[in-house]
Amino acid sequence: MEALSLSPLETEALGLSLRVALWCVALSLPLAIAVAWVLARLDFPGKVVVDGIVHLPLVLPPVVVGYGLLLLLGRRGPLGAWLYDVFGITVAFTWEGAVVASAVMAFPLMVRAIRLSIEAVDQGLESAARTLGSTPLGVFFSITLPLAWPGILTGMVLGFARSLGEFGATITFVSNIPGETRTLPLALFGLTQVPGNEGAALRLVVLSTMLAFVALVGSELAARRIRARMEG
Amino acid sequence: MLEARVTKVLGEFRLEAELTTGSGRVTALFGPSGAGKSTLAACLAGLIDPDRGRVSLDGVELFNSENGTRVAPERRRIGLVFQDARLFPHLSVKGNLEYGLVRTPSIERRVDFDTVVALLDLKALLSRRPRTLSGGEKQRVAFGRAVLTSPKLLIMDEPLASLDAARKSEILPFIERLRDELAIPIIYVSHVIEEILRLADDVVVFSHGKVVRAGPAVETLNATAVVHGADGDPASVIEAVVEAEDPGDGLTALAFGGHLIYVPAIAGQAGDRIRLRIRARDVALARSKPHDISVLNILAGRITEISAGGIGHTDVRLDIGGGLWARITRRSANELALRVGQEVYALIKSVAIDRGGTGAGG
Repeated sequence: MEALSLSPLETEALGLSLRVALWCVALSLPLAIAVAWVLARLDFPGKVVVDGIVHLPLVLPPVVVGYGLLLLLGRRGPLGAWLYDVFGITVAFTWEGAVVASAVMAFPLMVRAIRLSIEAVDQGLESAARTLGSTPLGVFFSITLPLAWPGILTGMVLGFARSLGEFGATITFVSNIPGETRTLPLALFGLTQVPGNEGAALRLVVLSTMLAFVALVGSELAARRIRARMEG
Repeated sequence: MLEARVTKVLGEFRLEAELTTGSGRVTALFGPSGAGKSTLAACLAGLIDPDRGRVSLDGVELFNSENGTRVAPERRRIGLVFQDARLFPHLSVKGNLEYGLVRTPSIERRVDFDTVVALLDLKALLSRRPRTLSGGEKQRVAFGRAVLTSPKLLIMDEPLASLDAARKSEILPFIERLRDELAIPIIYVSHVIEEILRLADDVVVFSHGKVVRAGPAVETLNATAVVHGADGDPASVIEAVVEAEDPGDGLTALAFGGHLIYVPAIAGQAGDRIRLRIRARDVALARSKPHDISVLNILAGRITEISAGGIGHTDVRLDIGGGLWARITRRSANELALRVGQEVYALIKSVAIDRGGTGAGG
């Protein structure tokens, strides 16, 4: 039974990972839905550029993203200095910074999934809703969003999983600080750097795998229920 | 009353239409597929902006390219029923019906939920999901959803086009009930003459993005070649009154222009107005009144027009108290020495008559 209880390091890393991942999804979801809707429904000059910027973290080395964040949001970065001067907020080298790093990395995955599901919503239903007295915003909340919900859920799970696995951008931007920014992958990385920790490292591997698996299965079950309810 | 004058160019297609609804309850927008009827309907409902023009409903300007007026679809108070019912899949039938109702300001609500449910026979469907409904049931829900917004005008855009013939005849009576029970003017868009005959008070004939003719249904349809059946043959539309109910031999007598016309028994009461469409090729002509003949309908009339017709045949128009086209071979026309003004007898086989009821008030 001893083997089944978590060590303090494991508890700390797991709790931090969950906290970072949940905040990451919660904070980026509204923006991801908004950007996905704009990309799915609007046509404007420069759409390709916006699309490219959104997808950039997907193709850039995570270290580049992390370093970019450090330049931008570090205490002396243009945005970081402003945040500190005006609000007294520091992001670099804090767990909030880890949230920002994984949110940036997870954002394109979330936008992609949500955009596909919004594109799949029949615009005929949206115009029917307009003739029934709904404003464009009302149509979005009463028709588009509920019908795109399975895809939004997929996007949330992808974002959550991406955040759990985030390593490169996080370690570059907020470093590997125990209790502050040492999430599961970072703790695992730390253990592998020191000889004799193979057993502890393996436990973290199993823990990470189980966490990811539970998230995937849970989302699949939820998506099925949503679909079943919709199809009555 | 709706008044519209819109121009809209979509690629090669050019819609240039002027439309005014008549005083009747149902104005039909009639024309072949691709004539621009649906585009016009979308312009009226505000789903498409015309390039130029003006749309007004009951004196309220909804669109005007001159002064930039553009009322949003949700504020136009125009209900739209689509060919594909467009029910919301994530809501129950009840949720679909209430969608527009709850978005209608309470002082504007004139149509009652229970009334509509009873009128369209929806009670048993309320808890169902749209996916589990048949095509006809979906369309009934779509009708209910649209009228529950208490629109000032209801546009039905080919509402029966996706249904098979049996379903169509099931749904038509529901449209008649909406027309008769709710005081909502209807624009009925269709390319099917039988539906138009049965429902329309006024007809606007549409072709290639333009209005060809408009006016009271029977006159307008008779004045154009579009009464043609799917086969392209001309036909005539006459409006008759049920004279006597079926005496037991399976026939109903209709009075028209001083004549009695016998048709296969129809469910109607004496005094009901019925529209009939008679194909020209089902009408034969005789110079003297034939005797000992199986044809029941022998109507005396006068030739008003002899048109060239086509290869081998001639179309003859008679006045039998109303216009009637007969298509006969050119050889027969020559042998009978037909000429305008001549008295002749039209022979119509009873079974060749299509029915299009016009409801109680006609």
